[in-house]
Amino acid sequence: MVRTFIQDYLNALATFKIAFIHIRGLEVMAIAEIHMHKNPAILTENLTKRYGDLLAVDHISFQVNEGEIFGFLGPNGSGKTSTIRMLVGLSQPEEGRASILGYRLPAEITQAKRYVGVVLDASNLYDELSALDNLLFMARLYGVPRDEQKSRAYQLLKDFGLYERKDDRFGTFSRGMKRALTIAAALIHEPRLLFLDEPTTGLDAAAARSLRGLISRLREKGLTIFLTTHYLEEADLLCDRIAILVRGKIVKIDTPAGLKRLVQTQSLIEFSFARDVSALTGDLRRRLGGAEAAFLDESRVRIYGGDPPQIFDAVFQFSRDNGIGIEAASTIRPSLEDAFLRITGLSTVVMGTEKGGGKGKGGRQ
Amino acid sequence: MWQDQLRGIYYIALKDMKTYYLKPPAISWGMVFPLAWTLAFYLRSPGDFAELVPGLLAMTILFSTTAAEAVVINFELRLGTLERLLLAPVSITSVLLGKVLGGFLFGLLMTAIVAAASILYLGLQPDIIGLALIAVPSLMVFSSMGALFSVSVKEVFEAQTLLNLPRFFMVFLCGVVYPVSALPEGLQLLARLLPLTYTVQGLQASFFAGRDSMLLQNLLVLLVFLILFLLPAIKLLHRRFE
Ligand SMILES: Nc1ncnc2c1ncn2[C@@H]1O[C@H](COP(=O)(O)OP(=O)(O)O)[C@@H](O)[C@H]1O
Ligand SMILES: [Mg+2]
Repeated sequence: MVRTFIQDYLNALATFKIAFIHIRGLEVMAIAEIHMHKNPAILTENLTKRYGDLLAVDHISFQVNEGEIFGFLGPNGSGKTSTIRMLVGLSQPEEGRASILGYRLPAEITQAKRYVGVVLDASNLYDELSALDNLLFMARLYGVPRDEQKSRAYQLLKDFGLYERKDDRFGTFSRGMKRALTIAAALIHEPRLLFLDEPTTGLDAAAARSLRGLISRLREKGLTIFLTTHYLEEADLLCDRIAILVRGKIVKIDTPAGLKRLVQTQSLIEFSFARDVSALTGDLRRRLGGAEAAFLDESRVRIYGGDPPQIFDAVFQFSRDNGIGIEAASTIRPSLEDAFLRITGLSTVVMGTEKGGGKGKGGRQ
Repeated sequence: MWQDQLRGIYYIALKDMKTYYLKPPAISWGMVFPLAWTLAFYLRSPGDFAELVPGLLAMTILFSTTAAEAVVINFELRLGTLERLLLAPVSITSVLLGKVLGGFLFGLLMTAIVAAASILYLGLQPDIIGLALIAVPSLMVFSSMGALFSVSVKEVFEAQTLLNLPRFFMVFLCGVVYPVSALPEGLQLLARLLPLTYTVQGLQASFFAGRDSMLLQNLLVLLVFLILFLLPAIKLLHRRFE
C-alpha cells in the first residue's frame, strides 16, 4: 500500500533528521497529517472470501474512521458475517488486505485483539456461569488488572440493566438479556473498536429499541463501532455511514442522508396491480424508457425518475395491453428504503422474508 | 505476548474445571467408572488386589482425562464459545493447551484420590517421585489423546463413542488386568504400540521395583506419545478456522 510505504519512508527520514529537506509537497504533508492524527479504525483493500466456488465476499474495500458507527447493510447471505470473521481473525481472506487500528492482518491480529471487542451473531457466553462470572472470566482472559475486574464488571452490569441478575446463570436469560450481556462482555477490556454482527436480530421490538439506545450511548463515549444489519431503519438510526452489501460486493458507501438524497430529487411513483406481474417485468421495464422500476413484491412496483405523466401513460397502457387492473397508484416521499431499492435493485421484501431463514446460520466452521 | 498466552491457558483450564468437569458426564466416565472397576476387582480377589493398583491407576488416568476432553472441545465448538475464546488475545494453540491442561488437572485430581485411597488402605509404599514421574506425563498424554479425538469429529457423542475403541483395547492389552507377557505374541506387539502399556509398566516399577532405568524409559516413550497426540490435535483445531 502506497500509504504504508510513504509512512515508512517518512519515519525513516525523520530518524535521519533530514525530513525538512524533503517534506515540501503539500500532499505528502497531508498524508503524514492523516496518519499522525487520524488512523483509520478499519482499512480494507480488495478483501475476498471464498467458500469453494462461492464468492462470499467479493473484493471489498472500505475505510472506517475512528469514532464513527459504520454499518454494513445487506440481506442475509450477502457476506456481512464473513467480512467480520476475517476482520477479527476467525477466518483468513483468500485475497486482499486489511488492517484494524493500524495493525496489519493477519500478522498483527493478536496485538490488535487487545483493543477490539467483538459480538458475533450468536450470544456465545457460558450458560453454566453466572452473568458476573462470565464477565470476570472474560476480564481475566484479556488481562484486565485484578483490582479492576470486579468494578468494571459491576459497572457494565449496571449500564446494561442486568445488575439485579448478576448471580443468575447466563442460560436462564432471555434473548435480549443474553445479547446485552454478550455486548457487555465484549466491552470489559475497554476496546477502542467494537464489532457488532446483527445486534438486534431475533430480539423483540422493545429489546431491540433498548439495545439501540445502548449502542448510541457507546458511540458518545468515543467508541468506534462496525455493525451489520439487515434492518434499514436500524442502519438509518444508528450509523454515520452505511455500506450497502449485495452478494458479497459493496455497491455503495454513503451517509444515510446522502443515500436518501440520491432518490429525493426524483419523482417516485408506486403502483399496485390487481395480480401477479412478475412474469411481465421485462415488458413493463421496456415501456418505461429512462425510468427505473423496483419491485416490492410480485404485484407492487416503485418507479424512480422519468417524467410522471409519461410514466402514468406507460403503466396504464401496460395494464390495458395485459388485461391487469391497477388497484392503486401514488407518489411517495423517498425513504432510505427507496434508496436501497434503487441502489441494489433488490426488494426489501428479500430482506424481510430471509430474516428467519435457515441459510447462513449453522454449518459455519 | 507469551504472558497473554500463559494467562489464557490457565484461565481456560480453570474455567473448564468449573463449567464442565464437575458435571454428570465427566464425573460418570471419569470417576465413577474407574472406581467401579476398582471395586469389582477388589471384590473378586481381595488377596492380590495390591498388584492391580498400578493398572487401576492407569485406567483412572486414561478415563478421567479422555472423558473430560471428549466433552470440552466439541461442546464449545458447537456453542460458539470456543470462537469467543479466540477473539481474546489467545491463540488457537493456547486454547487447545488450556483444554488439555484442564483435562490434565481433572485427571490429576481423580488419580490422586484413587491413588491416595488405595495406598493408604493397602498400606503400600510406592516410590512417590517415580509415581509422579509416570502419572504426570501420562495424564498429559491421555488428555492430548482425548483432545485429538475430540477435534477429529463434529459431535460430542461421536468423540465419546470413538474413544471407546482405543480405551477398550488399551484396558485389555496394556497390562491393566492381564500382564502383557501373558498375551499371544501378536497382541504383545500391538500392546507395545499403545501408550497405556508404558503407563502401567512405569507405575508398576514405581510401586514394586523402585526407581530404575525402566522408569526413565517409560517416561521417554510417554513423552513421544505426547508429541504424537498434541501436534496433530493443534493442527486439526487450526484447520477449523481457516
Ligand atoms: N463456513 C461456510 N461454508 C460455506 N459457505 C458459507 C460459510 N459461511 C457462510 N457461507 C456462505 O457465504 C455467504 C455469505 O454468508 P454470511 O457472511 O454469513 O452472510 P450474512 O452474514 O450477510 O448473512 C452465504 O451464501 C453463506 O451461505
Ligand atoms: Mg450474518
